Amino acid sequence: MAATERDEISGQATTGHEWDGIKELDNPLPRWWLMIMYACIVWSVVYWVLYPAWPLVSGYTKGVFGYSSRAELAADIAAANDARKIFADRIAEADMATIQADPKLMEFALAGGKSAFGDNCAGCHGSAAQGGKGYPNLSDDDWLWGGSLEAIQATIKYGIRSGHDETRESEMPAFGRDDLLEKEQITQVAQYALSLSGKATDAVAVNRGAPIYAEQCVDCHGKKGEGNREFGAPSLADAIWLFGNDPKSVEAIVTNSRKGVMPHWQGRLPDTTIKQLAIFIHALGGGE
Amino acid sequence: MHGPDEKLTRLEALAQEAADAVTPGVQVAEGVERADVDAVNRREERSLYKKRARIHPKRAYGTFRQLKWLIMAVTLGIYYVTPWLRWDRGAGPDQAVLLDLPHRKFYFFFVEIWPQEIYLLTGVLIISALALFLFTSLFGRVWCGYSCPQTVWTDLFIAVERFIEGDRNARIRLDKMPWNASKLSKKVTKHLIWLVIAVLTGGAWVFYFRDAPTLLGELVTLQAPMAAVAFIGIFTFTTYSLGGLMREQVCIYMCPWPRIQGAMFDEDSLLVTYRERRGEPRAAHKKGESWENRGDCIRCRQCVAVCPMGIDIRDGPQLECIHCALCIDACNEVMAKIGRPPNLIGYETFRNLEAANSGRYAPVRFFRPRVIVYSVLIAALALLMVYALFTRDTLSLSILRDRNPLYVTLSDGSVRNGYTLKIINRKHEPRFFRIDASGMAGSKLVVMGLREPEIDVSADDIRSVKVFISGPSPAGGKQALTIAVTDTQDGRTASEATTFRGPE
Repeated sequence: MAATERDEISGQATTGHEWDGIKELDNPLPRWWLMIMYACIVWSVVYWVLYPAWPLVSGYTKGVFGYSSRAELAADIAAANDARKIFADRIAEADMATIQADPKLMEFALAGGKSAFGDNCAGCHGSAAQGGKGYPNLSDDDWLWGGSLEAIQATIKYGIRSGHDETRESEMPAFGRDDLLEKEQITQVAQYALSLSGKATDAVAVNRGAPIYAEQCVDCHGKKGEGNREFGAPSLADAIWLFGNDPKSVEAIVTNSRKGVMPHWQGRLPDTTIKQLAIFIHALGGGE
Repeated sequence: MHGPDEKLTRLEALAQEAADAVTPGVQVAEGVERADVDAVNRREERSLYKKRARIHPKRAYGTFRQLKWLIMAVTLGIYYVTPWLRWDRGAGPDQAVLLDLPHRKFYFFFVEIWPQEIYLLTGVLIISALALFLFTSLFGRVWCGYSCPQTVWTDLFIAVERFIEGDRNARIRLDKMPWNASKLSKKVTKHLIWLVIAVLTGGAWVFYFRDAPTLLGELVTLQAPMAAVAFIGIFTFTTYSLGGLMREQVCIYMCPWPRIQGAMFDEDSLLVTYRERRGEPRAAHKKGESWENRGDCIRCRQCVAVCPMGIDIRDGPQLECIHCALCIDACNEVMAKIGRPPNLIGYETFRNLEAANSGRYAPVRFFRPRVIVYSVLIAALALLMVYALFTRDTLSLSILRDRNPLYVTLSDGSVRNGYTLKIINRKHEPRFFRIDASGMAGSKLVVMGLREPEIDVSADDIRSVKVFISGPSPAGGKQALTIAVTDTQDGRTASEATTFRGPE
């Protein structure tokens, strides 16, 4: 092996590597850099001892501290629940009116309701409770089963046609499918229903539909189409139509009937959360 | 300016200086001994491959040393005492200067800065930068030399070192001697005091961000938040390593300011300068010898011995020089001893140096374009900020229109829109506001959760309320609307225009 070659200008030894006549100097690493590297090595050894580090055939080295991010998360959640406990307990005990009268409790209920709504309700009712075709808008003033705090709470708790013991159920007959009305009659009664909110398109059909409505529909939907919350029968006289207010959509409902299902949340969500949800929905603008 | 001959003289001078360095203890004039010192950070000696040579700055005595002590006391005093000043602002924290990050509010005596007014802080920073430019063009690196934290803390750490280990020669002896109990105790004591200073520095920093007495209590009882402890740790580390261990290397290698400042001097800036014309040719002086045909510099190297940067001011302007003026003190002391006029080293302009070459005197020109431009900019900005500060409203309103849903159709066919109002009350007392909507016929306003559209906002607070406005469906699906909040007592009002939407 040749003797170490020294660079004339800097006096440094070269590494012996050469590329197209360019040689690499064997400069020492900067001291600060070396110090940091040694510090990192020490750090990592200490880390291996204290924290989980090495994968084993089954499992891994646990470390002296026995740290686990899963346990940390669980502790954080428990701590957050503890922190919320004072308010959560008061919400659980207080009745709705008390909660609404207390700004602090109200704030807590609204915040909790909002996050629970996003997790559990937004899938059907929309992220801002704006609903969609077949899924009621919860921020308007039209309620199928009632818009008071208690009614909203009951709907969330027991659901609609949900199979819960306390659930509320109703069913509109499928007038066409079950041959209760002729096709022509369905067109006529649909026109009459539309006329209740001034949307009818055929005056003759409206006149012919009136007696059919009086015979078949008035028990649930009311004389003026005002609806009946006891049966969840929607108002036919207002501007809000869950399945659309064009003649075709209305005829389709009379023919085949429609019934939405809302799951019950009792047993799935804590009662406190249901209370918070009711307060949140009630405060969206349409609460009664 | 530098011809080949000059270069040669310079090399000769350097060679002479190097020779001097190996013959210490020489009397260079009556009562003046040559300092055994080498300008280790002089460019010629500072190869990138060379290990750092330790500097043991000698204590200087004189006007500038006094001035530096004074500035050190004032700046450190401001730094340590400020968080403890109290200020009664009625509501809110009573700390005079507080950067309240969790609540997004900065307090500065009678001024409170909300996040919306962060431009005021930007303004302060711009004014500071311009002031730095102004002082640099007037007096050179006075910031570096007197008030930069790096300089102040390094000076403090050197003072501690001198107190424990003695002045320059004693320190050199101590560093050279083998380890023994006395050396160990001195070194340990020094580093302990440094660490205490470093901890106190970090400790003072965190008090700016949290009520100082409370935080002190928490620190003492080990209840302090992790962030406070972490920041004390970080500042302890940086203060100890930058001020105690790295010292001049920070200025020479790490700081960008020396590189920038060269562009800010001009021929009228007052810089710490060796008056070469008066000093050269330099030579030792024997008692009774004439001062004719020779320079005033007696090569005593006291200017090098006191230099905290390890350079020789007689080499001319150089990046490493922080213009701390200690060499002026050292030289003046010697000049007094040998009976020569002071200020062989002094604050001097390039213009006057040039003029002196032809025997003239050029007075310092303080009024020059750049000085005037910087001053006018600072004054204008300061006025603008003061104006902005004193004319800002104590009430402001911002409106976030609901976009999801854009509107809600109600059962009677009318339309409802939702708005989130953020009402800021900057007064130190609670206020009561009425909310109105105007500009739309038949509109009805309801505040969520309230019977009347009237709400209170506590002192120095922001309150967010949800407001519903309903009305007939607007033609074309859109209608302009103004929402206003009015203080029910003093009648001050804030309003913002928005829109009301419906089906198109």
